[in-house]
Amino acid sequence: MSAITRDEVAHLARLSRLALTDAELGHYAAQLDVIIGAVARVAEVATDDIPPSSHALPLTNVYRPDEARMSLTPEQALAAAPAVENDRFRVPRILGEEA
Amino acid sequence: MSLTRNTAAELGALIASGEVSAVEVTQAHLDRIAEVDPQVHAFLHVAAESALEQARSIDARRAAGEELGPLAGVPIAHKDVFTTKDMPTTAGSKILEGYRPPYDATVTARLREAGLVIIGKTNLDEFAMGSSTENSAYGPTHNPWDLDRIPGGSSGGSSAAVASYQAPLSTGTDTGGSIRQPAAVTGIVGMKPTYGGSSRYGVIAFASSLDTPGPFARNVLDAALLHEAFSGHDVMDTTSIHAEVPPVVEAARRADVSGLRVGVVKEFAGEGYQPGVLARFREAVDLLESLGAKVVEVSCPSFTYALPAYYLIAPSECSSNLARFDGMRYGLRVGDDGTHSAEEVMALTRAAGFGPEVKRRIMLGTYALSSGYYDAYYGSAQKVRTLISRDFEAAFHQVDVLVSPTTPTTAFPIGERADDPMAMYLADLCTIPANLAGNAAISVPCGLAEEDGLPVGLQIMAPVLGDERCYRVGAALEKAFEDRWGGPLLKEAPSL
Amino acid sequence: MTTTNTVMPYDEALERFEPVIGLETHVELGTTSKMFCGCPTTFGAPPNTHVCPVCLALPGALPVANDKAIESTIRIGLALNCTIAEWCRFARKNYFYPDMPKNYQISQYDEPLCTNGYLDVEVDGRTVRVEIERVHLEEDTGKSTHVGGATGRIQGADYSIVDYNRAGIPLVEIVTKPVEGTDRLAPEVAKAYVTELREVMRTLGVSDVRMEEGSLRCDVNVSLMPRGSTVWGTRTETKNVNSLRSVERAVHGEIERQAAILADGGRIVQETRHFHEDTGATTPGRSKEEAQDYRYFPEPDLLPIAPTPEWVEELRSELPELPTVRRRRLQAEWGVSDLDMTAMHNADAVALVEATVLAGVPAADARKWWMGELARRANESGTSLAVLPITPEQIARVVQLVASGALNDKLARQVLEGVLAGEGSPDEVVEARGLRIVSDEGELSSIIDKVLSANADAADKVRSGKIAAVGALVGGVMKASRGKADAGRARELILEKLGVSE
Repeated sequence: MSAITRDEVAHLARLSRLALTDAELGHYAAQLDVIIGAVARVAEVATDDIPPSSHALPLTNVYRPDEARMSLTPEQALAAAPAVENDRFRVPRILGEEA
Repeated sequence: MSLTRNTAAELGALIASGEVSAVEVTQAHLDRIAEVDPQVHAFLHVAAESALEQARSIDARRAAGEELGPLAGVPIAHKDVFTTKDMPTTAGSKILEGYRPPYDATVTARLREAGLVIIGKTNLDEFAMGSSTENSAYGPTHNPWDLDRIPGGSSGGSSAAVASYQAPLSTGTDTGGSIRQPAAVTGIVGMKPTYGGSSRYGVIAFASSLDTPGPFARNVLDAALLHEAFSGHDVMDTTSIHAEVPPVVEAARRADVSGLRVGVVKEFAGEGYQPGVLARFREAVDLLESLGAKVVEVSCPSFTYALPAYYLIAPSECSSNLARFDGMRYGLRVGDDGTHSAEEVMALTRAAGFGPEVKRRIMLGTYALSSGYYDAYYGSAQKVRTLISRDFEAAFHQVDVLVSPTTPTTAFPIGERADDPMAMYLADLCTIPANLAGNAAISVPCGLAEEDGLPVGLQIMAPVLGDERCYRVGAALEKAFEDRWGGPLLKEAPSL
Repeated sequence: MTTTNTVMPYDEALERFEPVIGLETHVELGTTSKMFCGCPTTFGAPPNTHVCPVCLALPGALPVANDKAIESTIRIGLALNCTIAEWCRFARKNYFYPDMPKNYQISQYDEPLCTNGYLDVEVDGRTVRVEIERVHLEEDTGKSTHVGGATGRIQGADYSIVDYNRAGIPLVEIVTKPVEGTDRLAPEVAKAYVTELREVMRTLGVSDVRMEEGSLRCDVNVSLMPRGSTVWGTRTETKNVNSLRSVERAVHGEIERQAAILADGGRIVQETRHFHEDTGATTPGRSKEEAQDYRYFPEPDLLPIAPTPEWVEELRSELPELPTVRRRRLQAEWGVSDLDMTAMHNADAVALVEATVLAGVPAADARKWWMGELARRANESGTSLAVLPITPEQIARVVQLVASGALNDKLARQVLEGVLAGEGSPDEVVEARGLRIVSDEGELSSIIDKVLSANADAADKVRSGKIAAVGALVGGVMKASRGKADAGRARELILEKLGVSE
């Protein structure tokens, strides 16, 4: 597996919304390189004929009935918000539309 | 003798019979916390007032003639990863400093229903990511056996609280060993139930397909009582199993292993294992044999791939689970000065609010899920997961339980592995397979390592929903060891 | 933003290029509670009153899937002739956005619940089969309001405020395969598809499909290839298309825009464009510095969906009669031509005509009123038939009055006018406006006498055997009675008075 570069770490940091300093980028690049090198071993045994498991146990079909339940009050919902305006969560300006 | 030395079962009986009051028991533990926690730092929040209030209501209920459960009035230390509506819930992270959730986790609610008295919230590695509790944003917890050493992690506050008699019981969550490893290195009992046997609702998620709440106690029966008190099906957690809680208390009382087939996992020995740990482990296996168990060696070849698979699956899930901590709806917000966009404020908040291990795992998981890398990393890790389940399945055709050391080494000094993530990750080498396959597994004390005099844990792994086997074997071993040692292992701990 | 859109006139564009279209439609299901929590879904509630730990993504909260939403999605899949997956999973779509509390959307990725179906639509008298690629289930986001800046739009805003009531409402995404060979009918096919889809949803009762409230939203993909080519061009995706008419306009406009660029030797940028209802124009979305990487992976908090074949068959057997089948049945029952049926369908009149027939009106009459007088009125006021303030039962009453001879067609039109103007029921309008046919022989007789004396010439002609001249006299009677006379009876009486027999 290829070594992980500083640029790749910068890309990962952008994707995961982490504002990292230059020093951190270098630091994490070195560490992630070691870790990824070590964990890449999984590919040795992961042959095509083995089905992947996303869950610990093979359970299926657990749903809830379509019934309305009590919601939080707006006061409870907004209690921990860093900023509130008109019973809404106030957030900094959004750069653009997504999805 | 101080009430802090009693077992939970004893305290429950004393309170139920009226010999002591819940308030007395709670106060004794609050006093103990005041005395030793400045050195141990097991607690992030001590809820003295609400604990005493809860104790008073238990006493009142008893006085009114109400029949109380076996743990009513018994104090418990609660890992700060479970939401509690009357106490802060931080997950050991700066990003949630002072956060008060508007709801109780299912486990929290069940503790309250059972009459347990929550005396405080315990320290942990930030978002339960770590094996030493050094990754807490609020400073490390110290091992009561040696204050310069780690108490294990991520549930290190909970293990240290119980090992230092600040509480007879505590809760933990186990994602890769976060209950069993701290229990092992502090000389107490820690159980990871079958995945889905205990509810994750209100557990601040680290890795959803692995996280499992479980109990800590100083003996096997207490752990079983607590296990029974908060486990079982929960409609709020889709992955919780719709089945009866296995008969764990009965098994802990039964405590016999005659005729039981015990498999020693061949792969968990050799290089990287401390000689004193292996010696104590072999001694424990011999003891099981002398108690009538049939011991065989079992090979689980894929277990050697469990660690790398875990360090792909857990970070992948956490990279997504922790996305919600963005400073928009709750918690820390950094950089909202009118010059930064929401996107920038999120990145500044997360950079300031998360510690290095959390950032490392988020980026590792982001990498593993990225297009172009998914198949080689996350996809392969999921296949290893299948192989591990198959190894367990094959093993449990031959034996009733599997055993191994809980950790390759005893508690290491604080700071020793802080800059070496890979070395830190090795602490979970033996505990991870049970998480990946969802099996039940327990750690029970099996003596002190020759070279450093620190506790060693024995891990007992059972099939899915075979939790009672862990307790049965653990209790039998505990009884035999205590006969040999003349009391519990913790008696050997230096007094604080 | 500088976007000068040069366009090529539609006819010319179609001469040179062939369009390929595709549609992605999001339908909010009309469940009682949200997709993964018990919060109510009622539209228009005060902000942040329908939120809980789950849909606000509070630490520790977990989703639990709504069984009705799963069932509705399967029913939609069956109605669209899809294969229902025997086993599939939810997946997390990871991206950060303030209106999405978890910063991932629970959706489906490579394992949708329904695949490979089709929906037949009728355009211009021919049937076009639109193939369905997939139908999957996901959750809606919250709603941001942008504060500050000149336009109230996102660009230039100082900050935003977010209401999460809508976050977590079940959303079904229906994606077509690329539709080829529609030629110049592409805009109409797109519109007909969404219209038909909406009708299917209504028939199934799974959604109120109100485009104006956002419970049905449409993204339109368009690409062009030069005539004679078989290689598809680069496509654009136009979002925010929120009315049936806009679907048609968006395709039309995008064909004209792309044709101009291609004819000029330019290249189409694969991008997301936003449709503006006011101008009908599209503008490009924010260009992303890097391609989105959603890092989809199976949702570990939710278990796989594995509908049993028995359950699927049960749902299939309980499906209501679907719109195309129903239209074919009604067409046969009513005995109308393909063209007339299509016209009724396009005017959204089928259900109204059917209700009117059920109220006792002959099919021909019901169709005549809805597609004639009422369609004209709707057209004049720029609304649709369904919102006209008149009911099929009221139409039935008017038809009944005509049949009994109490009204003639002219008077009936005046009654309808009165009902539409809010003057009350047909009977009340007849009463208030005094619209009943004059059938009183005495009154009619005196009107005739006046008309005869005022038109002595015409009366003489009739007397002398030129019976055709009686038409002018009848006309005079109708005029004098302001249309209320029974024309047939008037004719008889005039001939009688003039001593002429036919």
